[in-house]
Amino acid sequence: MSEDIISMIKENVIQGRKTRDDMGIDETLSGTPGVLELTESALGNNISPEAIIKQALTPGMEVVGEKFSTKEYFIPDMLASADAVGAAMDILKPLLEESNVETKGKFVIATVKGDIHDIGKNIVAILLKGAGYQVNDIGIDVPEDKIINVVREEQPDYLGLSALLTTTMTSMESVIKALKENNLRDNVKVLIGGAAVSDEYAREIGADAFCADGFQAIRVLEEFETT
Amino acid sequence: MSEDIIELIKKNVIQGRVTQDDEGIEEGMVGQPGVTELIKEALASDVDVSGIINKGLTASMEVVGQKFENEEYYIPDMLASAEAVGAAMEILEPHLAKSGVKPKGKILIATVKGDMHDIGKNIVSILLRGAGYMVKDLGNDVETGDIVEAVREEKPDFLGLSALLTSTMVNMEDTIKALKENGLRDRVKIIIGGAPLSQEYAESIGADGYGADGFHAISVIESLNSGDSLDS
Amino acid sequence: MPREGILISNPLERLSGEQVRQIHDASIEILNDPGLLCFNKKAAEIFQSRGAKVAGVSGSDTPCWTVKIPEKLVTGALDSAPKTVTLGARNPDNALIMKGDEPRVFFITGSETNMWLDVDFPTYVNKSDPGKEIKVPEFQPRRGMVADLCDSAHVCEHLESVDGYIRTVNIQDKDITGDNKDVNKFFACLNNTTKHVMSGLTSLNQLDNVVKMAEMIAGGPDKLKENPIISFITCLVKSPLQFVDDTTETFMEVCQRGLPIVVSSSPQAGTSAPIKEAGIMAQINAEVLAGITLGQLVNRGTPVLYGSVPVRARMDTLGDSYGSIETSQYNIDCVQMARFYKLPNYSTSGVCDTKIPGQQSSIERLFSDIVVTLSGPQFLHCAFGLLDCNSVFCLLQAVLDDTHFQMIKFFLKSPRINEQELETVKKQIREVVATPQKMFINYIRPVMRSGEISPPYPFEGDGDSDSVFALANERLQELRAKPVEHIDPDTTARIFREIPGLLPRLNVYKGER
Repeated sequence: MSEDIISMIKENVIQGRKTRDDMGIDETLSGTPGVLELTESALGNNISPEAIIKQALTPGMEVVGEKFSTKEYFIPDMLASADAVGAAMDILKPLLEESNVETKGKFVIATVKGDIHDIGKNIVAILLKGAGYQVNDIGIDVPEDKIINVVREEQPDYLGLSALLTTTMTSMESVIKALKENNLRDNVKVLIGGAAVSDEYAREIGADAFCADGFQAIRVLEEFETT
Repeated sequence: MSEDIIELIKKNVIQGRVTQDDEGIEEGMVGQPGVTELIKEALASDVDVSGIINKGLTASMEVVGQKFENEEYYIPDMLASAEAVGAAMEILEPHLAKSGVKPKGKILIATVKGDMHDIGKNIVSILLRGAGYMVKDLGNDVETGDIVEAVREEKPDFLGLSALLTSTMVNMEDTIKALKENGLRDRVKIIIGGAPLSQEYAESIGADGYGADGFHAISVIESLNSGDSLDS
Repeated sequence: MPREGILISNPLERLSGEQVRQIHDASIEILNDPGLLCFNKKAAEIFQSRGAKVAGVSGSDTPCWTVKIPEKLVTGALDSAPKTVTLGARNPDNALIMKGDEPRVFFITGSETNMWLDVDFPTYVNKSDPGKEIKVPEFQPRRGMVADLCDSAHVCEHLESVDGYIRTVNIQDKDITGDNKDVNKFFACLNNTTKHVMSGLTSLNQLDNVVKMAEMIAGGPDKLKENPIISFITCLVKSPLQFVDDTTETFMEVCQRGLPIVVSSSPQAGTSAPIKEAGIMAQINAEVLAGITLGQLVNRGTPVLYGSVPVRARMDTLGDSYGSIETSQYNIDCVQMARFYKLPNYSTSGVCDTKIPGQQSSIERLFSDIVVTLSGPQFLHCAFGLLDCNSVFCLLQAVLDDTHFQMIKFFLKSPRINEQELETVKKQIREVVATPQKMFINYIRPVMRSGEISPPYPFEGDGDSDSVFALANERLQELRAKPVEHIDPDTTARIFREIPGLLPRLNVYKGER
């Protein structure tokens, strides 16, 4: 029984079905329970959150990554799967914390002041959530002091800053300065991304990393997590 | 006077005007004498024939060639000028011997049996006439026997054979064989041309030269001509 | 089910109805004065017996007649020529049904080239970065052979956008002669593709053998009539306005047998036709009408295609300039003329002036391929793989061409806009606007695999270098490796027994018991 539910969760991650209303790639699945419903019934059957993550969600996303690299899957497929995993993690996270199981880090993400572009930031947020991080998306055109307050209050492990314009990317530098002034810089790793920025720019303004896309962001975070 | 008329001939060759009815490149020339009329006038005024040829015709064709190279002139311009020179040479021909001008060679040209394509061959004949050669065009789809007869009777210095098809180009080889059998091969230099042909093919069938286009044909013939004079 | 082709809903037209009429009237006048020069005695006699004014030309080296064709002969022929022509295929699913009044386009290869272009990819070391290797295509021309024709037919069998096959390369093997060329040419094509096969005929004395071979493959003479797996093309009128002796003879013999044939004329604006559009149009239309009229006089009701291969002269050499813009204009005008007569049209696109694949060839061919396709000819000879004004064939180019015809076909799909579609998207817009992220990405997935979204260019490189040729070459090798359905062993054995002149090396069952 537990084996069955686990493999069904994994299959629905691969299909990118969050709830029973979602379409997968396999049309025969429509109407059947999605990742969210299956995760709840797994917990009802006393399957441990750890087992759900390690045996269903993570291996499911691995298959999705594989299909993406062989060009069988495209970004929308990847995002649907990540979204399903993220929704399951929302349910599982409090349980893991209760039982003191070590979880992946906390991530605050924002598009900086003056910039209202959010497609890239949204995609990164979904992917990171799907990779098991706790993500707090504080939106677009976010003023400096709001970012500082969130960092102070939520104490995230990572801060992701996004900007698409050369005119707004300078706000990233001021955010980092402000973190320093508030003695918060060493508490958080700062990652930047967006079309206008580069590795070089990250070094110049004293960020910890530049991420060209959501996949690179996941790789960079994995590195930080293991060191 | 003679200087003036030679200048006029030169100008009209460059303008590509055979007769007074032709348009030139400059506007408003229709009605003024063209090369044909000017040559007749020059002969009537006893202008030196070698002067007409050298200063009036050859020099102006050089200008036309230059303009073509600079892409100021296109082939239709070049052909109009060559046609004008060809028409002039036809008028001048009877006067060449007595004025001591050595005529350039005589050329027979034909598209071989089975082949109806003649655009290329026609262009080559006009250009060769313009270069001062006497050209006799035998037409297209010409029977091998007719070519052999024409070589026997006309005694040309050169024979140009044209073919556009891979299926008809083999008839060139037959023509060369037939000339050998009739003991005429050594009397004439053979140049071949046409899309499917090559220098390699020319050598393989025993032709003397291959002309990729009209201009190339002229330079091949010129070099065969000068090779002749070195020998003799 | 025959092939679908691509139906053009609003065909591109350049001429007004009045201009079409004016060209028609001018052609009719030209057919009457000066008429045509006819070098074929039998054709001259046929015309004379039906009321054309025919007179011998004196002083000509070869026998020759002037033929002045009265309007009523032309209109009679336009009445009796079939308005729908079926070009059959060894696989009936590959049959092509061409209706003169329906702008449904089929893409077909052609023409016969002398040279075959081999491609190799030698590796070079990058000067500024010796660790990096660069693959640069090298093109090597050579004479075409019968094995190449088999290779080309085989690959074209697998090219998705190719609807039919015109032999692409002239076979110049040492053991090919005038007397065995046609049977080997047709057999090489028919045995390596199940699509329709069209070709010209080299020797009239081979026509019966070619037809007999086609009958064996189709399953008998009646079956061949129903499903004409082969058709012919002849340029019986040489521009300007001359019936050529031998091709006219071939044309009449094919018409007599009732097999489909293209009446094609290929004037060059500037040399063998006036440089003005009005001039080349009036003349080419007269030339094609003259051919169609002769065909209908020989065998009333025999299927003919209105064939047009007009081209403008280059000003620097007076050679053909298929890449010129006017060449496409003339072609589109001809498509309109054929549609005016409700006759299926054979038109040309994709021929380029350049000698090797590259940017120039892509630009020249894509331009004419798009505009001529939009005009809606039924039979589009779209020069798959041809270079250097139809004298060189390169399979790599054919693979590239197939890709861009798939793009053109995709572009021509009808828009999917209707009440139901709009209801669905209005719902999506309302749903997404209500979410914090405001993204439509979730709705992509259901359409992503339905074929509704165009695929990326298949030979796209990694972004740092142009890898189109190398990737297209990989695709070519994949296609070569795919099997092809040959003619069955029994029929093959019969063909080799009964048809003289076939080269034993073309028998794929040779050595098998």
